[in-house]
Amino acid sequence: MQGARPATGTAGKRKGHGRKKEVEMETISRTIDTDHIRPPVTSVGVIGWIRANLFNSVFNSILTLVTLFLLGKVVPPLVRWAFIDSVWVGSGQACKQAAGACWSIISSNFRFILFGFYPQELQWRPLVAMLILFGLFFYSRDRTHWKKSLGYAWIVGLILMGLLMTGGIFGLTHVESTQWSGLPLTLLLAVFGLTAAYPLGVVLALGRRSKMPAVKTMSILYIELIRGVPLISLLFMSSIIFPLFLPEGVTFNKILRAQVAIILFTAAYIAEVVRGGLQGISRGQYEAAESLGLNYLLTMRLIILPQALKIVIPPSVSILISAFKDTSLVVIIALFDILRTTQTVLSNPEWMGFSREAYLFIGLLYFLGCFSMSNYSRKLEKELSTGR
Amino acid sequence: MSEGLAKKEERNPSNEAMIEFIDVHKWFGEFHVLQGIDLTVQRQERIVICGPSGSGKSTLIRCINRLEEHQKGRIIVDGIELTNNIKNIEKIRAEVGMVFQHFNLFPHLNIVDNLALGPLWVRKVPKKQAEEAAMHYLEKVHIAEQAKKYPGQLSGGQQQRVAIARSLCMNPKVMLFDEPTSALDPEMIKEVLDVMIDLAKEGMTMIVVTHEMGFARSVAHRVLFMDYGKIVEGNTPAEFFSHPQHERTKLFLSQILH
Repeated sequence: MQGARPATGTAGKRKGHGRKKEVEMETISRTIDTDHIRPPVTSVGVIGWIRANLFNSVFNSILTLVTLFLLGKVVPPLVRWAFIDSVWVGSGQACKQAAGACWSIISSNFRFILFGFYPQELQWRPLVAMLILFGLFFYSRDRTHWKKSLGYAWIVGLILMGLLMTGGIFGLTHVESTQWSGLPLTLLLAVFGLTAAYPLGVVLALGRRSKMPAVKTMSILYIELIRGVPLISLLFMSSIIFPLFLPEGVTFNKILRAQVAIILFTAAYIAEVVRGGLQGISRGQYEAAESLGLNYLLTMRLIILPQALKIVIPPSVSILISAFKDTSLVVIIALFDILRTTQTVLSNPEWMGFSREAYLFIGLLYFLGCFSMSNYSRKLEKELSTGR
Repeated sequence: MSEGLAKKEERNPSNEAMIEFIDVHKWFGEFHVLQGIDLTVQRQERIVICGPSGSGKSTLIRCINRLEEHQKGRIIVDGIELTNNIKNIEKIRAEVGMVFQHFNLFPHLNIVDNLALGPLWVRKVPKKQAEEAAMHYLEKVHIAEQAKKYPGQLSGGQQQRVAIARSLCMNPKVMLFDEPTSALDPEMIKEVLDVMIDLAKEGMTMIVVTHEMGFARSVAHRVLFMDYGKIVEGNTPAEFFSHPQHERTKLFLSQILH
């Protein structure tokens, strides 16, 4: 009924006012005509794009030309250094005679850079462990796979990885954790650091907003204390000061101590970011949830956190990325992560002086890790967007 | 509309008290927002509360499900007194439906999930059953075709009808409406009021804070006027609109009914 009313209304008007009808007819014919007119060639296609983006003003034209000139100066020598004059396989001696990049520092020391002091003949074990990890990550990318079974798969996978790294049963030779190094160590610190820090951070954020004074004070104290010191000092504390308080004979695994320091540190930052997200949720959401009879935990779990955590995806990914890179700080407490194993190779007289190539390679590895995180977060954001 | 629904209908409010306010006071800091409220709402009774903004009408109904805490006096809902006992509060909230001015749908869930959430997690109804109930109530508010959409994709009127359906899914004994049409564009007000009228016909106990006087006239058993934290007067709609007793009521009505 309601939809029909305006139509009859206009029809009535048209009958009454002949002039108006003419005007309407004119408008219609004009609309039809414009359908046939195409925009001028200079504003679409490649030429249009170049004009609009590179030469749309005098200043931009100059900028474009200067940039082209600089690229012409830089790119060809770079390509020659990296690909044409470079040595891909060979000894350090061969490298010293070549004019280009010495990629053979990577290929010749690949196993040491990746696995460090892990016994040579057993290095298939960390390799398999890492493949399991990557496989699980790859499978978990798709949100439709997030089911209970995936949780069990992760648990089994983690146990399997631990078994492979440590050994000691099923005929696997035991490997001391002091020998864990290289990429597996970096991944261990990063993956556990980030996955444990996130929930801890969420709990701290909720604690800081709690109505219970004790919980609130504790959370604030924790966050402010941890944020107030650099990660390096926490790592030092965990490796030097903390053992002093332990009774004689009791030792904690060094990797575990570094791991805990990284978790505690990252959690404090996550907490503040999540708190920001919680503040972005309107009171009405709490009230609606409460008026349905949901208790505090359910309100948080079903209503508030899903929204708040979605809002804070970009800043929390920033924190996770920087935490991932910060795992390289464990070199100062003499853990051999992938950065340190690379440096060890560089201190070998045969390979001295090829730090550019080595660091480029390490940089690339870190970049791949960080880029896939940020890429995935963007995908997640898009999927979770519900058009508000 | 002019002939009151209350008169035509056979079912009249029973003599059982659904909600009782006994000398209820509340302060916001120094501001005395509820100043001794005494009110009894019978089962199946429909009450409209009006009054100028800041008079305490929203606060009054928000006390019923403890979104606001009263500091003095007693409030008894369905035989349970509201105290600090969190279990009692949750029990009452499950029995009392509430519709807000700004809908407050959950934007991260689609419409069916919005509706099924309460039954699923509070009433522990199986998922399939909760979703069937959700579809049933969506049909009731004439919006079943939007079931898979997200709240952000609906118009204001549609969102408010979904909000009503969400409350109904919990099979509430009372429905509270806190200015349900105030945030709507004029052309959407009717669709929401129509749903509320349907609800009234089914004998739902309702307390409605609204300035829709046409609705009050046709649906309410009693219209209350609040000012400065007190219930100034309460009467049947016919009496209330034709013979207001107090000066303040007269003034308010003259301002609102141009």
